[in-house]
Amino acid sequence: MATLRILFTRLRTEEKLLKEAAERLGIPCELQLVSDTVFGGEPFCSQEDVVLARCVSHNQNEAVAQMLETQGIRVVNSSRVMGICGNKLTTSCVLEQAGVPQPKFLVAFTQEGALDAVERLGYPAVCKPVSGSWGRLLAKLNDRESAEAIFEHKSMLGAIHNTFYIQEYVDKGSFDVRAFVVDGEPLCAIARTSEHWITNTARGGSASNMPLDDEVSAILRSVHAAIGGEFLAIDLFKRDGQWLVNEVNDGGEFRNSIAPTGKDIPGAVVEAAWNKRR
Amino acid sequence: MKAVCCVCEADVTVPEDCCEGELVICPDCGTELEVVSLEPLTLEEAPQVQEDWGE
Repeated sequence: MATLRILFTRLRTEEKLLKEAAERLGIPCELQLVSDTVFGGEPFCSQEDVVLARCVSHNQNEAVAQMLETQGIRVVNSSRVMGICGNKLTTSCVLEQAGVPQPKFLVAFTQEGALDAVERLGYPAVCKPVSGSWGRLLAKLNDRESAEAIFEHKSMLGAIHNTFYIQEYVDKGSFDVRAFVVDGEPLCAIARTSEHWITNTARGGSASNMPLDDEVSAILRSVHAAIGGEFLAIDLFKRDGQWLVNEVNDGGEFRNSIAPTGKDIPGAVVEAAWNKRR
Repeated sequence: MKAVCCVCEADVTVPEDCCEGELVICPDCGTELEVVSLEPLTLEEAPQVQEDWGE
């Protein structure tokens, strides 16, 4: 019997909610801890199964997806989508090619180059690690002195941090938006409000329902058209009346978005994954 | 189910339907603990956030 397998390395609230939703919808489902699993050789599971990959480590999640896909197993999201969303530079380049509106960004590979980039964009600007989440290691560069210090520190953090991704700082007002797209269709969105310029709910931002209008829905569909995937969590903000796509997540967390929106996000996700079975 | 906190040796209550990989908080010392084994029930300090963890 085909089974929906939810793979995890750390059991977050989201994975529990996904399992509960699958049971509620009558979808055969197993939660599987894969920390000690060896991938390759023997088939991991039947090709009739669908895997919902929810490892908390992006690199491990993508690797798991790649290994399972070589065995003909359907994985949600696909490793291709994970590869795009797991790297902010890759995401930006894919969105750029598709003409999706986003903040200006520049990339450099040395401290001097990064300084040049931020001065071209103007202060303040934002320096982001290309890989990372939950608002970690974001730096707002207010002036040349702070930029010099941050770039020097980042240069010591290892190779990945020597790709300097510099984004213009967007004064988004008091809120930004986290929207969910399931199976290519906008499902719901929350407005995240915070006194801090980083508005992630993981960092204490508060959430309220944000009804989807035609304008936001069209942008969300354009993001999905560019990236694909069964489940995307898309961050947007508005500047001078125009929506800009800030980030796209392939393994989105949604625990704080169910109550404000009243939408069964985990139910929609497991249904979308289940519909991918052969 | 009961287990012992590996940091402060306090009794920690773990849900009956818990599974490996689940996180619990020690009520005494507040340490985040991970269920690493069900037979026998064993808790270890949960790993700290890694660079590529997240959404």
